[in-house]
Amino acid sequence: MKIFRHAHIVYTILMGKNIHSPSWSIYVALFMFPLYIGAQELVLPQDSIIRINLDEVILISARKTLDYNKQPKPLSSLDEYLESSKKVDMVKRGAYAWEPTLNNMYSERLSVTIDGMRIFGACTDKMDPITSYVDVSNLSKAHIASGQQGAEHGTTIGGAINLELDKSNFRDTGLEGNLETGFESNNEMNVVGGQLNYSNSKYFVDTDIIYRKAGNYYAGGGEEVSFSQFEKYNFSALGGYKIADDKALIASFIFDEARDIGYPALTMDVSLARAMIASLGYEQDELWGSLTNWKSKLYFNTVTHVMDDTKRPDVAIHMDMPGWSDTYGYFSEAQLKKEKHSFLFKLDGYYNRSYAEMTMYPNDPDELPMFMLTWPDVRTANTGVYVEDELDLNGSFLKLATRMTVQNQKVADEFGLNSLRIFYPEMEKSKTRFLKSISGQWHKMWMPWHFNVGLSYGDRAPSVSEGYGFYLFNSFDNHDYIGDPELDNEKSVEANTKISWEKSKFKFTAEANYFHITDYIIGDIDPSLSVMTIGAEGVKVYKNLEYANLFNASLEMKYGLLEHLNWNAVLSYHRGTDNEGGNLPFMSPITYGSGLQFDNRSISAAFQVKGAGKQRNYNPNFGEDETAAYTVYSVTLGKTFAINNDAVYAKFGVENIFDTYYSTYTDWKNIPRMGRNFFLTLTYSIN
Amino acid sequence: MKTIKLVLITIALSLGLTACTSDDDSPQLEVDPLAEYNLVTKVDANGHSLELYSDGNAFTTGYNEVYLRIKDDSDNSYFANPKISWMPVMHMESMNHSCPKSELAISTENNTVVEGYAIFQMAGNADEYWDITFTYEVGGQEYTVTQTIDVTAPSDGKQRVTSFLGSDNVRYVLAMVAPRDPVVAVNDIHALLYKMESMMSFPMVQNYSIALDPRMPGMGNHSSPNNEDLTYDSSAKMYTGKLSLTMTGYWKLNLKLLNMDGEVLKGEDVTEENEASSLYWELEF
Repeated sequence: MKIFRHAHIVYTILMGKNIHSPSWSIYVALFMFPLYIGAQELVLPQDSIIRINLDEVILISARKTLDYNKQPKPLSSLDEYLESSKKVDMVKRGAYAWEPTLNNMYSERLSVTIDGMRIFGACTDKMDPITSYVDVSNLSKAHIASGQQGAEHGTTIGGAINLELDKSNFRDTGLEGNLETGFESNNEMNVVGGQLNYSNSKYFVDTDIIYRKAGNYYAGGGEEVSFSQFEKYNFSALGGYKIADDKALIASFIFDEARDIGYPALTMDVSLARAMIASLGYEQDELWGSLTNWKSKLYFNTVTHVMDDTKRPDVAIHMDMPGWSDTYGYFSEAQLKKEKHSFLFKLDGYYNRSYAEMTMYPNDPDELPMFMLTWPDVRTANTGVYVEDELDLNGSFLKLATRMTVQNQKVADEFGLNSLRIFYPEMEKSKTRFLKSISGQWHKMWMPWHFNVGLSYGDRAPSVSEGYGFYLFNSFDNHDYIGDPELDNEKSVEANTKISWEKSKFKFTAEANYFHITDYIIGDIDPSLSVMTIGAEGVKVYKNLEYANLFNASLEMKYGLLEHLNWNAVLSYHRGTDNEGGNLPFMSPITYGSGLQFDNRSISAAFQVKGAGKQRNYNPNFGEDETAAYTVYSVTLGKTFAINNDAVYAKFGVENIFDTYYSTYTDWKNIPRMGRNFFLTLTYSIN
Repeated sequence: MKTIKLVLITIALSLGLTACTSDDDSPQLEVDPLAEYNLVTKVDANGHSLELYSDGNAFTTGYNEVYLRIKDDSDNSYFANPKISWMPVMHMESMNHSCPKSELAISTENNTVVEGYAIFQMAGNADEYWDITFTYEVGGQEYTVTQTIDVTAPSDGKQRVTSFLGSDNVRYVLAMVAPRDPVVAVNDIHALLYKMESMMSFPMVQNYSIALDPRMPGMGNHSSPNNEDLTYDSSAKMYTGKLSLTMTGYWKLNLKLLNMDGEVLKGEDVTEENEASSLYWELEF
């Protein structure tokens, strides 16, 4: 496998040190490709009701051989799959466990679920977004819903990401299996995985296992990014049993463990990040005669996260920072179709315990260790009702949805409660909040035009860190953060619109959304407070900003050049301002992408350009600076072979072809992204 | 009817009890009232045993609560309402001096016990030692006894008392009384301030104030919010304030002593350049 590293070096030498990226003209040309507009009318899709959702679905599993071709990079991390979404950006603190953002909003404003299950990371510094506790081997799809359209699985402001587990689901496929292996040259990452599934109409059992190990990666130009290694393995088992024709039990279990994870952008690494995610579900086709698709699930998950700074040189003070997060939850949903109505009723709830502590060991060995609770055993009990109705009006569709939630948060640990009462002497041990969401989405078609417009209102409770965090160090803006349990709910009024024009080979979409968020929760410097972390600049306390506005817009084009050759391009614009017109932090500059895909079922190939303009609207109070513009190029080639009756699928690619040194606005403290990277994946599928 | 009966019984009982206690100075309780304290030293003299208790295992520098009772060795009973005064003295190589202390008063909980406190400014050593002279009156007769005691530095070596010369040329003794068991929270902080009038006389100083700035030297001099300077509380007869501790570990409580006119008698502000005040206490937990 060393051969790739060598190839990499040889390539660099051959191409010379100073490779200039091709000029603007190339991607302008790509973007402004001559537009050919087909003449024939598009037939209205049968299942047009689905189109009312502006959900974006990212295909992850490759159950069918055909799907392999569609995947730009099989066996890439889930993070890379999510990053391929138009609306999702990933905050990168290293090579592992990227934090998804949606509409330029981060974890606390999103609902991220796994098959509808709530899971909460156990790290106070957001080093373990829950997307890091599953792997692509577990999943079939990622559903990305913007704004209140994501309220089905929980309260949200920015939207929702629901990761759907991959299951055979009583399909009559018998025994199936595959072995997969992948290698990436840049960080010498090895991936080995396998799946073994058995399914018939009575029962199914799906199992998979995957192992990844990566060394440090190299930025463009060859600079080694120290502490960017990681190692992880993931195992999952899923089973279903039909009690009767219309009744089924489904159980799932995922075990995910990562060790020795480097976070080059942070001051600490992680020695252990482990999750166990289990569920037991019951599905029944009908309920009480008129309700259909009744699905219920009980679930439990436990997350352990242990930070570690023992491998870092020059640590000001050695510290242990373990965190735990356990969640118990349930949901039950059913559909009702009546005349023009199509209802979905859902009842859900969860109970989460978040506990994190910090022990610091003084440099003077005679002094006692310093201990604090950074998450004071916060117990969140949340239960809600979600109802949606898709109305088939003549020639248009209207989707109305609402969620009503009651949430109670309680500080269960006396030590933690007393710690917070240093800041808030009158603080109550427990606090109950009512959360509301209501949205309307209207879809009208005048062939070939599609017009979507939506208006919604939603609010959210502060996250555990925002409400109860105790001296949480943010290395980006170099401040300690203190939560405020008395924060008001953050409320969002959102408007979105989407216009698309679609004819056989050509599709054009313009989309925009606008969020007016009152009581926007953000950290604000309190000059009277003294820093805890050695070297920190100050202390911020979460507060409600009067309001903030976020605007996102995008243009997308797709065109079928030839039978097997497609072209697409995306351009997006983002803006976020506070009530004084100042820039909100972590707002994307203009980004663009364009690609050509060839796929004739046996051979696939793709060429991709991705880039961003200069980040002009940044906020130095949050540690931001002007991130430079960049453009990167990648190419992939795939081929399917048949060996005996089995299929072998190979995919080879080069990312960041010109070894550009770049970082994006979401790269923590501007750590550079990966330089040129060759990858090869092989999948051997036994049918 | 029942109520009246109950009232009558109560009155009868209380009369009976009052009758018993008023005539007879015998102890009321069989339970050892000092069970939760440690016997620090026992003095045998004049056919009596003077038992000195404290909440620590030994007397240490700083504020010490003292509990004392006198046993009649003849019948192993404790004298009720003993009248006791005391005078601790440090015998140094070149001189002798006393220390700030309270009167010994009859405990409100048990009339065989007297209680008070002493603030030892320094520990004894091989050549220098503390003793306490007790003068007490039991059974109508006055006795005197002197007992050498051990005063050691606290086991954690942390400073809870400081003796210093103020800018007004007066020597003061400033001792932290509470918190004894600090916690991560807002702690009540109590202190006593005495001035040294002579080697043997330490009157209490009232109505000054003590500015408080707790810091963690091991954490880049991290401080905590919502502390309250200590002011004199005339009902508690000591200085009280609020001390916030954001984490366990070693804390240095930097102090400034101000007189009634707000003039600083001792101590400096903690700044970037000046890491600590010359007037301070320490805590570690």
